[in-house]
Amino acid sequence: MDDGSNVIRAAFDERELVAGLRRGDDEAFELLVRTYGGQLLQVARRFLREEDARDAVQEAFLSAFKAIDRFDGNAKVSTWLHRIVVNAALMRLRKKSSKVEESLEPLLPTFIEDGHREDPTAAWPANPEEIVGRDQMRSVVRQAIERLPLKYRSVVMLRDIEELSGAETGELLGLTANAVKVRLHRARQALRELLEPQILEGAA
Amino acid sequence: MTCKDLINFLMGYLDGELPDEEMRHFDEHLGLCEDCTAYLESYKETVRLGKMICRPDDSLPADIPEDLVSAILEARRAGA
Repeated sequence: MDDGSNVIRAAFDERELVAGLRRGDDEAFELLVRTYGGQLLQVARRFLREEDARDAVQEAFLSAFKAIDRFDGNAKVSTWLHRIVVNAALMRLRKKSSKVEESLEPLLPTFIEDGHREDPTAAWPANPEEIVGRDQMRSVVRQAIERLPLKYRSVVMLRDIEELSGAETGELLGLTANAVKVRLHRARQALRELLEPQILEGAA
Repeated sequence: MTCKDLINFLMGYLDGELPDEEMRHFDEHLGLCEDCTAYLESYKETVRLGKMICRPDDSLPADIPEDLVSAILEARRAGA
């Protein structure tokens, strides 16, 4: 093991870090920001544009510092901070989004009377990101997620992308576990619909 | 079971949360219906693409810009 990684490892005694934060220690706070700031910024950027993502990270660190007494010593600092920044990003998204929510209905599958789909699905190619390119695919998916109405976008972001549990998602959004499931299924169906033309076109 | 039923309860099926008998009806329907099979595959692919695409590349450093560090430390000192 080289010296560099030893230094990083030494900086990672979480219990010491938390103890420092509880004492209101400036150095501990700076270490917290430097150690986890990059990861938090990446999370915030998945929800928000750069300027807002930075503001969300700042808010997250300040709320974490104020809430340090409520930190469960058995949890991981990174998991705890992840929840805090997701919450800060969500609050910002809510503030910025228009009050009039678009309907999801046009993006959901429609059926004829006998229960068959009106527009049957064409098979998608395997690994479309290898056909259209990873960067291109990344931006296509990102844009599709952004087109979802906020209440659906939030659920898909929390459950599928940030991989929070159904219970955690429900808690953050004020929804029952069942409502989270219903919204997630609808959001995924709509996202599938938005991705389909791009994926089939890329494969053509 | 119709295609509509299958699509409405697809998430429960994928999560293995439906009663055994329902799971069997799903399997039977999927064995006969190409359209629902294509739908199921593209639904799973949608979830996979979301997860994969929005995760940061491991190769990219997760650094926080220095000016943001300063702004955060300053905000805390200001008692924000």
